[in-house]
Amino acid sequence: MEAFTIFKGAGVPIDIQNCDTDQIIPARFLRRDPADEGYDRYLFHDLRFAEDGSEIADFILNNPAYRGASVIIAEINWGCGSSRENAVYVLVANGIRSVVAPSFGDIHYNNCMKHGILPVRLHRSDCDTLRQQLHDTPGAQIALDLEAQTVTGPDGKSYDFEIDPFDKHGLLNGLDEIGMTLGHDADITDFERRHRDDFGWLEQ
Amino acid sequence: MTGKTLFEKIWKRHIVTKRHGQTLLYIDRHLCHDGSFGAFNRLRQRGLGMRRPDQTFMTPDHYTPTHTASLDDLEDPRAREIAAAVEVNAKEFGVTAFPWGDRRQGIVHVVGPEQGITLPGLTMVCGDSHTSTHGALGCIAFGIGSSEVSHVLATQTLWQKTPKTMRITIDGKLGFGVTAKDVILAIIRKISAFGGTGHAIEYAGSAIRDLSMEGRLTICNMPIEAGSRFGMVAPDETTFSYIEGRPFAPKGEKWEEALTFWRTLPSDDDAAFDVEVLLGGDAIAPMVTWGNSPQDAVQVTERLPDPDSETDAERKAAMAAAYDYMDLKPGMAVTDIRPDRVFIGACTNSRIEDLRSAAAVAKGRKAVIPAMVVPGSGLVRAQAEAEGLDRIFTDAGFDWRLAGCSMCVGMNGDTLKPGERSASTSNRNFRGRQGPASRTHLVSPAMAAAAAVTGSFTDVRKLMEGS
Ligand code: SF4
Repeated sequence: MEAFTIFKGAGVPIDIQNCDTDQIIPARFLRRDPADEGYDRYLFHDLRFAEDGSEIADFILNNPAYRGASVIIAEINWGCGSSRENAVYVLVANGIRSVVAPSFGDIHYNNCMKHGILPVRLHRSDCDTLRQQLHDTPGAQIALDLEAQTVTGPDGKSYDFEIDPFDKHGLLNGLDEIGMTLGHDADITDFERRHRDDFGWLEQ
Repeated sequence: MTGKTLFEKIWKRHIVTKRHGQTLLYIDRHLCHDGSFGAFNRLRQRGLGMRRPDQTFMTPDHYTPTHTASLDDLEDPRAREIAAAVEVNAKEFGVTAFPWGDRRQGIVHVVGPEQGITLPGLTMVCGDSHTSTHGALGCIAFGIGSSEVSHVLATQTLWQKTPKTMRITIDGKLGFGVTAKDVILAIIRKISAFGGTGHAIEYAGSAIRDLSMEGRLTICNMPIEAGSRFGMVAPDETTFSYIEGRPFAPKGEKWEEALTFWRTLPSDDDAAFDVEVLLGGDAIAPMVTWGNSPQDAVQVTERLPDPDSETDAERKAAMAAAYDYMDLKPGMAVTDIRPDRVFIGACTNSRIEDLRSAAAVAKGRKAVIPAMVVPGSGLVRAQAEAEGLDRIFTDAGFDWRLAGCSMCVGMNGDTLKPGERSASTSNRNFRGRQGPASRTHLVSPAMAAAAAVTGSFTDVRKLMEGS
């Protein structure tokens, strides 16, 4: 996994409340391989493209000023709904490194973490401010510092955010979680032995 | 010392170790479906084996066609490959599977409880957000992403933050014609689409106790639509009699041993929850959603809400956008909405009791719009046929299908046409959920059947009075 330390990039405001993962990537694309050519086009596909494949002009990602954006500033409950990790693969395919939102769907939040995308929970009014600034100045930059746990808006104002120490450590070091857990093999084996006494009725 | 909640009692028994404030949680049973193919591929690429294939179970559901029993009829070769991967992966890794053509095949959240794989006191996961369904039997069951699925396959554990707890108490008696689906929609309306985020929900109160196992499975299906990954009901006699004798449930001495343990699980009287929510069971009526979030639910007797009555500017804008997408107007009577199609099925409402309740409404009537019934598993289908429900449906002009997720998500090709409006017993009314530009209204099976035979949303209680 790509580590996340500090990052600065253009921001894009997505003003959709309860933006579910069906919007981020519609179900019919879940069968596609993230390595496929053109996978990036599936991001917000049905909000971005008309039936004939032409761009819907007023969807924000079609505005040339936001095209290279790598930080999303979102609304409440970003990534709610389906557990599809493809919603993260498609963010990665579009070069997104962080999503800042007042709240996240819990499963999507965890999924982001597995692919080096930093999910930042920020107060709702601060997200509103940042989105407004990005609307006012398309292409403006957002800076993130995971070690310091800060987000800095285009006007230089910084906001502190909370992150679980475990998640922070994993992201900062780009940890491979399975590898780390396999290092706990003896603990798991010990647990299984105790658990078998406790839950003997469960063994087939 | 304060008492423990049902959740805490189970969680505590599954802690392997802790690190940087997170818990390495042991997973007792792992369910997989056809969509889990990516997680198996990742395992293979890394040359890893599975830690507990004996506690992993798999069945295809999302990509399953419901109109044909032959995979060869699938048009997209990629879908064929994914559907077939279940058997390939099960063989290679030694996992118990209910594959294509097996009578036990079905929606993973219907199959787990039906087979006795789901049991009280367990930790269970599945790469699907509706995994909380299994919590209806008094276990901790939650949905995870694909990377986490790989992690469980390889290690039988997961790193987790301990969630907060929330108790939703529903006392009183549910009225005539009011079902578990109406209860959960009323709950989501009350606590919002994100009110449960970060919390494990336990449902309590007399209205919950009175629910059958099917009803409990329905209310535990949808906490994710309120942001929560967990929904639970304390195990009781209803639970135990449902489980006894099921194929993968403990038998004989082990059954007695399990029962003794299961009886200790319910939350202690003095257990404290981080959040308490109360709802009167008597006040709940049949519900219909109008917007693109399950929280956009109203009673069938109501008119659609006015965005202008909202003070929050963003919420007002979201409502306006939903009205536009759904092609509806504020102030409209719910009963004036006319669906084009009816879907009865999905892990929310495709069990035998759901089909019975829809059939009771369909009986002796005729569908005036296309309606399909998709049982949750091959065994539900067989039981429905044994009870003659299939005949009631087909006589009423409903389409009787094979088991799978079907139009809940449309991945198998069962979709609405662009612009079409459904009355659906599934759990999500997101934009495009049932196909591009589709419009979904969530309802109970009885309400769905009522819409099918009248052509508009109808208070099912009126149809039931005469019967
Ligand atoms: S029926 Fe619908 S919600 Fe349930 S598992 Fe299948 S796709 Fe998901």
